[in-house]
Amino acid sequence: MQYAILCYHSEDVVGCWSKAEDDAVMARLAVVHERLAKAGRLGPVARLLPTTAATTVRNGREPLVLDGPFAETKEQLLGFYVVDFDTFEEAIAAAEELGRANPGGAYEVRPIGLYKPGGGAP
Amino acid sequence: MTDLAWIEAALTAARPQVVGALLRYFRDLDTAEDAFQDASLRALNNWPKNGPPRDPAAWLILVGRNAAIDATRRRAKQQALPDEAVLSDLGDAEAAIAERLDGADYRDDVLRLMFICCHPDLPPTQQIALALRIVAGLTVPQIARAFLVSEAAMEQRITRAKARVAGAGVPFEAPGAAERAERLGAVAAMLYLVFNEGYSAGAAEADRRRPLCDEAIRLARLLIRLFPSEPEIMGLTALMLLQHARSPARYDADGAIVLLDDQDRRLWSGRMIAEGLALIDKAIRHRLPGPYQVQAAIAALHARAARPEDTDWAEIDLLYGALERMQPSPVVTLNRAVAVSKVRGAEAALAMIEPLEGRLAGYFHFFGVKGAFLMRLGRAAEAREAFGRAIALAGSAEEAAHIRQHLDRLMAEGAGGGGR
Repeated sequence: MQYAILCYHSEDVVGCWSKAEDDAVMARLAVVHERLAKAGRLGPVARLLPTTAATTVRNGREPLVLDGPFAETKEQLLGFYVVDFDTFEEAIAAAEELGRANPGGAYEVRPIGLYKPGGGAP
Repeated sequence: MTDLAWIEAALTAARPQVVGALLRYFRDLDTAEDAFQDASLRALNNWPKNGPPRDPAAWLILVGRNAAIDATRRRAKQQALPDEAVLSDLGDAEAAIAERLDGADYRDDVLRLMFICCHPDLPPTQQIALALRIVAGLTVPQIARAFLVSEAAMEQRITRAKARVAGAGVPFEAPGAAERAERLGAVAAMLYLVFNEGYSAGAAEADRRRPLCDEAIRLARLLIRLFPSEPEIMGLTALMLLQHARSPARYDADGAIVLLDDQDRRLWSGRMIAEGLALIDKAIRHRLPGPYQVQAAIAALHARAARPEDTDWAEIDLLYGALERMQPSPVVTLNRAVAVSKVRGAEAALAMIEPLEGRLAGYFHFFGVKGAFLMRLGRAAEAREAFGRAIALAGSAEEAAHIRQHLDRLMAEGAGGGGR
């Protein structure tokens, strides 16, 4: 089963990390990424730009283009992974491992129903 | 990241909202800051034991408010402090505050806190110092280091600024729409001052002053989150990101200035550029142009050019023309002349800036640009004179050294009798 692991964190807090702190978190995450990749479990990974750069298109009779993220919440979606595991428990374990490398916030594990890797993306 | 580092980041992140709310309660900046300090100490003690609260800002406001009320009572009646356990039991009260944190009150709290740093009586250096201290939460030693002054001098500068703000009376009523827009405009200008204080530093101070740029961008992002549909705030943030993205390429290993055309563009921060471009794209959709958006659009054209020769100078010329109409200023015209020199040649550009000499007689960049135009036209003697005046007006050793390079080249060419 493929799972999306969605990374949530308070953007205000992450924005207060110094470059050194941010680099340290990314370096710890890179170790986890490498282990998952070596095990053949890791698909695409994305870190998103801040939600201040986001625009939301809300569907209705006329689509409405709104500034900002879809939902104003305490913690924002900052990035996501696509992973592939035989069991749900393994997916949870991967999320826990990522969480140890990047404390605070939360990782949401969500099974994927349709996956098209695409070819044109960077 | 350790728990402690996480808590410190959370405290810094919550600070504008918390101090802003406490300022509304107590109507006194020192009381609000002391209360925040008190709440932060309790957080450092409490959060590692009980885990971080669901909403750190709400927790800090509640604890800070209680602490300040207690302190007032204690001073009045010498009453005992309530038990720490009582204070820590915040359950429902925190949830109630958290709900209201999304409301307009809190948005205006943060804006008010930033706005009191923009008082027109405060000279720019005091506005910047005050904003770094009370909004960004930098310590006095940190700010003193950025400004290259002693801690005592900085302490005094901040104290004086605070006294002036308190004497002027803080506007506590909720602002109307027009007033809110006015405050946003003043705050945007103040944030750009903070940014430029960091950005205009020479190579020697660049590292020490980088936090000023980072803080200005962080606070601008906060403003966007609070006021998500203000195209000028998006423009300002984009402008700062696009300029800051070039920081790693602005000085060479010896600390000499590297001009835009000569910068190694691979050193530019791709992430900051991507964010800046996204913001300017968003802003332009509003079709409410303003000076920050235009300046960001100009910076975006530089950022989008993979090589200097790919730069769309004709469009930059047009954008500077738009900026001249919005904000007529000889400095804007001077910048436009650089674009004109690329599109229509140095002759046209020189004709454009010559009338500005009276008003820009004390401006380093005027003579640097004038000298460069003259040099390109082969008028070496006049170029030398312009560069000489630029060196006399240079604001930093790097600026002077940069102009001296041009002079050396002119001398070499003069001696060799030929150009390169």
